[in-house]
Amino acid sequence: MAEKEALFSKKNKKLITDPLNFNNPVTIQVLGICSALAVTVQMDNALIMSFAVLFVLVIGNLTVSLMRNMIPSRIKIIVQLVIVASLVIIVDQVLQAFVYDVSKQLSVFVGLIITNCIIMGRLEAFALGNKPWASIMDGVGNGLGYGLVLVVVAFFKEVFGSGTLTIPGMGKLQIIPEAIYEMGYEDNGLMLLPPSSLIIVAIYIWIQKKNNPELIESH
Amino acid sequence: MELFNLFIKSAFAENMVFTFFFGMCSYLAVSKTVKTAVGLGAAVIFVLGITVPVNYLLQTYILADGALSWLGPDYAELDLSFLSFIMFIAVIAAMVQLVEMVVEKFAPALYGALGIFLPLIAVNCAILGGSLFMQQKNFAHVGEATVYGLGSGFGWFLAIVLIAAIREKIRYSDVPAPLRGVGMAFILTGLMGLAFLGFLGF
Repeated sequence: MAEKEALFSKKNKKLITDPLNFNNPVTIQVLGICSALAVTVQMDNALIMSFAVLFVLVIGNLTVSLMRNMIPSRIKIIVQLVIVASLVIIVDQVLQAFVYDVSKQLSVFVGLIITNCIIMGRLEAFALGNKPWASIMDGVGNGLGYGLVLVVVAFFKEVFGSGTLTIPGMGKLQIIPEAIYEMGYEDNGLMLLPPSSLIIVAIYIWIQKKNNPELIESH
Repeated sequence: MELFNLFIKSAFAENMVFTFFFGMCSYLAVSKTVKTAVGLGAAVIFVLGITVPVNYLLQTYILADGALSWLGPDYAELDLSFLSFIMFIAVIAAMVQLVEMVVEKFAPALYGALGIFLPLIAVNCAILGGSLFMQQKNFAHVGEATVYGLGSGFGWFLAIVLIAAIREKIRYSDVPAPLRGVGMAFILTGLMGLAFLGFLGF
């Protein structure tokens, strides 16, 4: 390790781009599904949830990576849980202070970031064995990969379920024009219910694996 | 009778997996065979049945707004509820460890069946989710909290055993290649979720 690695070397860039596509935490590693499916009824909830997870993931990865040589392996799960729980408390308090409505809608799912498997999975699989800068990159990559799936699912659920898109700062936008409703179109209420997010994620997986045949499982 | 209603409601109408997606990670990862699914499901019932009432007592006597008034009038104004995440997760991690040790000592056969699943459970969202919902529901006494924990655990058990049975059979079907494995499990869960919506009156 004589030479210092460039901050955005090829290897570090790969840490960010991989999770966006063929190593996506939600669709390929199958981590963090609970919150990915449950907070996607409106776009703004999905965006805020993604930012919350991104924040906890990056800071958590950084902290664990800095402490990786000090944590005794027998109690590492408890140490990680305490770090993550403290970060989530910060996120929860900030959300309650600045976006109270969203915080009410997300309800228990903010607290559940603690047990979001993406976070524990990345801390365990990456941050415990890598340097701080690489761990930050990994956190950003996986946080964005998680956010990508959330935004895609939320887009389809909200547009087809209620005909709107709620974007923070712009309010509710009507996407499906009134004229179509007058011709007899109706919102598909089923899209707002839990089962439809599972089906949307399944279709996402289908398209993704179709384009990357090496990811196909043999049952 | 009230308790029985609560049990049925938490197991079916508010099923952890199909209405809230709690514990999906282990639900998808451990549902390949019925045998392991039964083991993990039983461990979840067990741990939920213990941690929900313990966290209920913690919530009522220490964390909630004004809960510390039994210590004296000076403490009546304290509101420690912002600490609930960290306290709940600590209780869960400690309880899982304790349960693991007790089971290993007194029931080696049960430990053989549940043993490898217990550590997984500390980070299962169904467990923390149970405690966080308990916090919102304002149960009247600890019995209700226990029944709620057992009921949600039973609902989770039911879900994972059902999907494992389907996945065992679907191995012989001609699933489109990109959907094999996880993709199909998602679709199956979605369809089962539609059926469970019936309990909500849709």
